[in-house]
Order: sequence, then structure tokens, then C-alpha cells
Amino acid sequence: MDLSAINPLLFVAGFLVAATPLIFAAIGELVVEKSGVLNLGVEGMMITGAICGFATAVETGSPLLGFAAAAVGGAVLSLLFAFLTQVALANQVASGLSLTLFGLGLSALIGQSYVGIKPPRLGDIDFGLLADIPVIGPIFFTHDIILYLGIALVAGVWAVLKFTRAGLILRAVGESHDAAHALGYKVKHIRTTAILFGGACAGLGGAYISLIRVPQWTEGMTAGIGWIALALVVFASWKPWRALLGAYLFGGITQLQLNLQGAGVAIPVEYLAMSPYIITIIVLVVLSADKSAAPASLGRTFHASN
Amino acid sequence: MIRLEKRPQPSRALSLSTPIMAVLATFFFGGLLFVVLGKDPVEALQTIFWQPIFGEYAFYYRPQLLIKGAPLVLIAIGLSLGFKAGIWNIGAEGQYIMGAIFGAAVGLAFYPAEGWYIFPLMVIAGALGGWAWAMIPAFLKVRFGTNEILVSLMLVYVAEQFLASMSLGLLKNPEGFGFPGSRNLQHYAPAHNAELLAGSGMHWGVIAALIAVIFAYVLLAKHRLGFAIRVTGEAPRAARFSGVNPARLVLFCLGTSGLLAGLAGMFEVSGPSGQITIDFNVGYGFTAIIVAFLGRLHPIGILLAGGLMALTYIGGDIAQSNLGLPAAAIQVFQGMLLFFLLALDVFTHYRLRFGAAEAA
Repeated sequence: MDLSAINPLLFVAGFLVAATPLIFAAIGELVVEKSGVLNLGVEGMMITGAICGFATAVETGSPLLGFAAAAVGGAVLSLLFAFLTQVALANQVASGLSLTLFGLGLSALIGQSYVGIKPPRLGDIDFGLLADIPVIGPIFFTHDIILYLGIALVAGVWAVLKFTRAGLILRAVGESHDAAHALGYKVKHIRTTAILFGGACAGLGGAYISLIRVPQWTEGMTAGIGWIALALVVFASWKPWRALLGAYLFGGITQLQLNLQGAGVAIPVEYLAMSPYIITIIVLVVLSADKSAAPASLGRTFHASN
Repeated sequence: MIRLEKRPQPSRALSLSTPIMAVLATFFFGGLLFVVLGKDPVEALQTIFWQPIFGEYAFYYRPQLLIKGAPLVLIAIGLSLGFKAGIWNIGAEGQYIMGAIFGAAVGLAFYPAEGWYIFPLMVIAGALGGWAWAMIPAFLKVRFGTNEILVSLMLVYVAEQFLASMSLGLLKNPEGFGFPGSRNLQHYAPAHNAELLAGSGMHWGVIAALIAVIFAYVLLAKHRLGFAIRVTGEAPRAARFSGVNPARLVLFCLGTSGLLAGLAGMFEVSGPSGQITIDFNVGYGFTAIIVAFLGRLHPIGILLAGGLMALTYIGGDIAQSNLGLPAAAIQVFQGMLLFFLLALDVFTHYRLRFGAAEAA
């Protein structure tokens, strides 16, 4: 075992990258849950985004177009969920599951001809002199634009939820859809918009895995990150900055276990690979005592005549 | 203006016919999917749904229907109990894996001893493995209020890694020339879940599935516990007032579904599959979720739905080799089915009304 083989600078830079898909997926789902909807289809939307982004980037040669396509792909899939839960008034848990199962199959189908291809590379932003600062430069200023977009998104969602009227309405719908409806807000429209936003975010997160983090396409490559994102929202008590913190925590754990695998630690690879999932469970247990932060209407179906 | 009006009672006729309409809608849109993939839709559907039962080689495929259907039904019966009560075990895949590992481990521990008691012990171990794995989310939910959906799902990934570790380590065949995977239980008679009638596909797992269907039917229709499950799902508050203990219900529902999933895994590893390998599991635990919903969470419905899903697996395999239809297309097909089912279900509980809403 040779722990000195782990370069601390590369490690920190690496876990920022590992956390980014989680940031996107978790912040999207956070907005959806704030509107009172539980979408368990994150995994399905992520993997759909992963393949839509990958295929578009390969075909057009532009990673940025790929990301745009991933957002659209995720949003289109989430539209199915919106239809099921908001129009057909179906059970949200079952609808989310169906979205995940459908997304996994669909992505595998689209992805068949993209196995083993290398996608075009998205370059890092040129920060000029900033990147040359010792320690800080390599960690914070050698990344692609999407990574910074993720952080900006967290800030944006936080600001909108906290300071704007739109954020207030969204939260009102999530806390009591009946009261919001009585005040004249279009509960279903607001929720559908939130679901679409969540889908687009999950799609971006998925594409970050297939285009930057890995970067290639393999079937089922999101490997539960969508589910971890769902757990993160609970972990974060539905607060954006805590979701960011949680994503970094899990990114760090993922990166650490990968590095330990590489360094040849005496623990078998399989047990290291289990660790992010087990830690997710432990964190859920520790934090699930406080349910008061959850939006009061979370998971409940809204029908105006009731 | 079209709007939905809640029915005072869910429509029984529609409740029964929704699955059939969903299957028809899936045929139609699945057919469109096959067209997009450049296949003849009629030929593809005929290959998937007709050939395994009535085609030229049906004698080979019919037993497969039991082999593939049994684990699906077994798992889905367990899941349906929880789903009815609003307890969501979606980690059956993990419980299935643990059941298989526990069952196979007991069998392999006895190798090469002979004895009638080995297989029953394996059955118990398999059931226990699945049960124990499901008790983790159950216990955490009861004790700490942790979300059972996320915990049970996380444990699937843990179980998959554990499976890899077992097939490369502890349970690896010492005479396997270094290949991953355990000894083949099909070659070890006391641990082999052999066909009860040669060539019929009928093995102990099929018997267990049928018993589970009867057990669930009686439980839900006649037993107080079944009543508690139904009331909890429909009106949780009313259930609490009538003296239902929610914690005990969680432990029972998750435990039972884990136990049945574990059994399914054990019967699979000791029979059709034969050995523990890295990719031993093929997603029965997830497909069973579709089976449970398609069967309307009703034991008899699940039996029928399990047969239909088994058919898509077998027919999908045939279509893959004969028509070059990608395996993922079947997965999409199965996902579509659940989608249409959920979408059409609205008409069971709501009625379409045309015209403007009356002024309130």
C-alpha cells in the first residue's frame, strides 16, 4: 500500500468533479420537492441525460451542445412524470419508479452504438494567472465551465427560493397546495415547471458523468448517483447550500475510495466500492430524526375538486 | 373543457380492464418503437408473444415460462403486500442476491456430503438471507424513521458488490481454474433444485410461488393482518384508530417481501442458474415491481402478470437472436407497460366530464 501515491491536489480537484453530477441532480430534485412533488425518477432522467448528451456531443463534436441536449432529454423524460402525476393523478412513488425503469431501458437502447467511443473533450476555462497560484490554482481554477455552472445554480436556486416572489409561491405550493390553490395559484402549472427544471438538472448531471467525469458511455453508468442525490436532498433538509456541502462530502468519499483502490489498500475493491452507499444509509439514519423541514405536501396528489 | 371528477367508489370494471388496456397500448407503442428500430412490428410482436407459447419450438420455451415466471411472482407477491400498505421496498434485487448467496453458501459448506437435509437447510438459509437484508431498512424505518425506499435501494448496490466479492473470494470454486464463480450446484445433487418433472420447468421455486399466491390471497381476504394492510394503505389515520400497529406492519411487510425475494434467489441459484457469479442477478427484483403493479397488487393478478412478463423475457431473447432486436428494447417495452398502466389508472378513480365546471 502506498498512500503517498495519492496527490492531495489532484484528489481535491477530483472530488470537485465527482461531486458535480450530484450537485446538479440534487439541486434539481430539491426544487421539485420544494414544490411538493417527490420524483423518484432522478436516476432515469440522469442516465437519459447522460446518453443524450453523449450522443449529441459525439455527433456534433460540441460538448456544450451535448450538455444542452442532455438538459432537454432530461426535461422531456420528466414531462412523462409530470403527465402521470399532475394530469393522470398517479401515485408519485410508482410513477418515479416507472420513469427510472423506462429511462434505464431507453438509454441502453440509444447507447448501443456509442459504446467504446471517446467523446469530444470540453476544455477547462482559462483563468490565466489565477491557475498558476500554488495549491489554490490547480484545485479551483482548472475546471470546465459546467462545474462552475453547478455552483452558480445552487446560488441561484437559493436566492430565488429565499428572496423572490416566485420562490415564495413555489414553497407555498409545496407546503399547502390547497391553500395555494385557494389563493389562485395554478398548482399544477407550478409543479410541472418545477418537475421540468428538475429533469433538466438531472440531465445535465448525467451528461457530466458521461462527458467529463468518466468520459465514455457504458450501460447503467450512473450506478445509483440519482438515488444518492435523492438521499442528499433529505440530508440537506431541503436547503440548497447544505445540498452543495453534502454533494462535496459524497464526492470526497467517492474520490477517496477510488484513490484507495488505485493505491492498492488491503481492503478488497468491492468493499471500497460499497462505501458510498453504506455512508449514504448512515447519513440518512443520522439525519432522518428531523422531518420537520420537509415540505408539508410532499408526495401528496393534488386534485382541485377535493 | 374536460375535467376529472372523483368517483365515489373506484370502478371495479375499469380496475380489472386497465391492465388489459395498458397491455394493448404498450403493444401499439412498442410496435412503433420496433418500426423506429427498423423491424417489422407485427413480426416482432408475434416473435415475442406468440412463438414462445405456440411457435414451432414452444416445447422448449414453455418450461422457460415457469422458470422465469416463478421468481417474478414470488418477489412481486411480497412487494405487493408492502405496496398496498404504502411501504415501499424497492430493494428486492438486493434481497434476491443475498438469498442466493446465503442459500448457495450453506449448500457449498456441505460439499461433498450427501443428505436429504441439505436442500431444506439451503431453503431456510436463503429465506433468512433475504429477510435479514430487508430487515435493515425495516428496522431503520421503525427505529429512526429513515426512508425505506432509499435505504432498500442503496442496499441493492451493496449486495451487488458483496456478490462480486463472494464470487471472486469466499465462494469461488477451488477447482474452477481461477475463473470467478462458485461450484455449479447443478452438479451437486443434494443441493440441486432439480426439475420435479424432467422437461417441465417445474421446480421447487414454482411450487413456492404458487404457495405464496395462495398465502397472500388468504392473508388479504380473510386474515386480520391483511385487513390492517389494506386499511393502512387506504386510510392511515383510520388504521391507527382501529388499533393497527404501524411499526409491526412495516416489519412484517418488509420482512415478508425480503423473505420471498431471498427464496427466489435461492431457488434460482440452486436450479436454473446453478452457480454464484458476478452477474448472477438479472433484474428480477426490479421487474417484479412492474409485475406487482400490473397485477393490481392482487395475488391472482400478479400470477397472470408474472406470466406475461416472463413471456417478454423469453420472447425478447428469441427476438434478439432471430431479429436482432436489442435487449434494451424489451426493457423499454416493460417500462412502457408500467407507464401506461399508471396513466390509465386515472379512469378507475376519476370520471371524465365534458363541459364547464358548475359554479361553486
